Amino acid sequence: MHPHRKQRLIWVSLIVVLSSAAIGLVAFALRDNINLFYPPADVVAGKAPLDRNIRLGGMVVEGSIERSDTSLTTQFLVTDYEASVAVRYTGILPDLFDEGQGVVAEGRLDETGALVATQVLAKHDENYMPPEVAAALEGKSKVSLGPVSP
Amino acid sequence: MIPELGHVSLIIAFGLAIGLTVVPFWGSMRTNVSAMNLAPSLAVGVLVFTAIAFGLLAISFLRDDFSVAVVAANSNSLLPPLFKFSALWGNHEGSLLLWVLILAGWMTAVSFLSRGLPLVMIARVLSVMGLIAVGFLAFSLLTSNPFERLLPNTPADGSDLNPLLQDPGLIIHPPLLYMGYVGLSVPFAFAIAALIGGRLDASWARWSRPWTNVAWGFLTLGIMLGSWWAYYELGWGGWWFWDPVENASFMPWLMGTALVHSLAVTEKRGVFRSWTVLLAIFAFSLSLLGTFLVRSGVLTSVHAFAADPERGLFILVFLAVVVGGSLLLYALRAPTVASRVEYAVISRESLLMVNNLIFIVAATIVLLGTLFPLVMDALSLGKYSVGPPYFNAVFVPLMALLMPFMTVGPVSRWRQDSPRRWLHELLIPAIAVVVLAPVLSVMLFTFNLWVALAVLLAGWVSLGVLRGLWHRLRVGSTAALQWHRLTPSFLGMTLAHIGFAAVVLGAVVVTQHSEERDLRMAEGDSADLGGYRFEMTRISQQPGANYVADQASFLVTKGETVIAVLTPEKRRYLASGQVMTEAAIDAGILRDLYIALGEPVGEGAWAVRLQYKPMVRWLWVGAFFIGLGALVTALDRRYRVQAVARQGTDVANQGLEFAG
Repeated sequence: MHPHRKQRLIWVSLIVVLSSAAIGLVAFALRDNINLFYPPADVVAGKAPLDRNIRLGGMVVEGSIERSDTSLTTQFLVTDYEASVAVRYTGILPDLFDEGQGVVAEGRLDETGALVATQVLAKHDENYMPPEVAAALEGKSKVSLGPVSP
Repeated sequence: MIPELGHVSLIIAFGLAIGLTVVPFWGSMRTNVSAMNLAPSLAVGVLVFTAIAFGLLAISFLRDDFSVAVVAANSNSLLPPLFKFSALWGNHEGSLLLWVLILAGWMTAVSFLSRGLPLVMIARVLSVMGLIAVGFLAFSLLTSNPFERLLPNTPADGSDLNPLLQDPGLIIHPPLLYMGYVGLSVPFAFAIAALIGGRLDASWARWSRPWTNVAWGFLTLGIMLGSWWAYYELGWGGWWFWDPVENASFMPWLMGTALVHSLAVTEKRGVFRSWTVLLAIFAFSLSLLGTFLVRSGVLTSVHAFAADPERGLFILVFLAVVVGGSLLLYALRAPTVASRVEYAVISRESLLMVNNLIFIVAATIVLLGTLFPLVMDALSLGKYSVGPPYFNAVFVPLMALLMPFMTVGPVSRWRQDSPRRWLHELLIPAIAVVVLAPVLSVMLFTFNLWVALAVLLAGWVSLGVLRGLWHRLRVGSTAALQWHRLTPSFLGMTLAHIGFAAVVLGAVVVTQHSEERDLRMAEGDSADLGGYRFEMTRISQQPGANYVADQASFLVTKGETVIAVLTPEKRRYLASGQVMTEAAIDAGILRDLYIALGEPVGEGAWAVRLQYKPMVRWLWVGAFFIGLGALVTALDRRYRVQAVARQGTDVANQGLEFAG
């Protein structure tokens, strides 16, 4: 074979092997590690799966935060003004977590329909609303969500 | 009055940028020397007027002119002056102005430092960069005017800079990062100019190489600072989150890494030409994509600026024009510039090709994970998020695959080499590293397979690099000659590769051996972690310049010795009422101790997070070496010699020679 062709053949096969390995890895990694977002109404309606991680977003209901006296476990309700879901989280909550604020919680649903969260994200400044939360709340609320742009 | 003057200078800069795009380019097509000669002056003009606009905005910030919308939204009269200044780029409008200022800086640098370049080349490079400046200035003027006024309803005081951004790290992180992002426009402009001229040779690679290395070095430093800032400022002790906006800066870095290496091959051997051009286009396109992701509001991220669909659309169109246009040009011209130089399969060229493939695959994987949720959302298939496990699962094996080749590369020969020679070169390092890996990983911590592997690979890379260094020193007969052989480009490469090994080692050790406890603690309570005892001695209130803090004092001891007194704080900022965690860190080469306060949990107790982070500093020190190494390579003599050698000849003649 012509040396130039041979060289090209080697490169092409190397690229094919490497990219198929990469695609395999990507497919494998994506299978378990993507989380779908559900607003509380969908969770209450039973549309969310129980056997895998989901993301739940909405507003923290005023007066719903209960802290344990002995551990760092906190329980609160997240609502989209149609339905609310209880969220339980053990650990330190983000600085901007508060009643009446937008929040995204990630974790699994337990048999009682509460979300056992492994991570709780709050918005990072006064003006910012996570896009999923804004979309989930759209048209459902009478209260102002605050300006989306400053 | 001052903001209006700023606005006017921004408009003048816009006009000059249009001139820079059109006139020299027209001159280069018509071989009109005086039109081409205008390019450097126009570039300086864009810089001067952008700098005036930037300076006037800075004055508005420093003088608390709350009639200017961005000042009112991002500053406050209580803010310390240094943060008033850095607040300028803590928001979309101001940071965009910084983007343009840095672009104008790069243009001016190119026009001053490339005097040896053929005039046609300078004219085309600057005109391509001028086009980018036109795009961004239009973006700033049309959709994000930083000088917009709030008249007559001027607020009495500003709503303050986000407390997360009130930190020295933020003063330098964005400028460094933008130096890198925007700097990638230089190799891009060189690539486009070469495609237009239809001439791509070793001297083209030699011109663009120092620029690429410097830009990539700044990008590295910018990302490093961002990671460090996130670690100490966000209060949870993480150093990389695979956050979409981190990815936005990481993708051009990965592509830039491929470009830096492929340029080396093109310069030394004249191969991979069209490939290198494609990489230059990709690298800058990814940096534009990053800009789009951050500024269009499509992302959920700590970095995302507030959403405005108009802005997103503008950048999307600009992105499509730049990427589409340059790929079209590439498709038309690349066949004419392809190279026909032979090299064997076992050669340094091949190893660098492997480097390129791995980094491109890595960039693609990150791109997939970043865009997947956006695409699904756009197609209404659900709101997904792709978490760190995805990125780790695909990224880590790729880097592990990279490292064995990284050692062989620097000791291998161009054109043709033999595995036997490699074995001869690297047998001793290989044996040393196989013996050392388990020993070191046990000595430092308890045995862990991943750490042992990391020590093995990082040791392999560093010993290989040191072997190359020793080689260079051994060949020269006198000290002077030996020193002479240590060229800046060689030293830079050595630094960068050792830095990379340090990053890998730090990343694996901190991931495997970190310990963390979330606790409920009150005065007098103590807890053990990582062999240290943390005792909370006191909780008190401390006033700050523009905040009040709840401060906890911790006495950290190991056995009988006192290690440190750490005082983490929870701050409430007066202007915005925003609460922020200020972590306390006892830093060390082998470990960091990290304490962050959560919230008060009643009866004088606080939620407290204690962390033990072994070798976490190696990440940033390593990344610093990578960036430094890249900057050092640009000092290489051959880049200066070429500039001087060309100066004597008639510039106009060269211009004609290249126009054909």
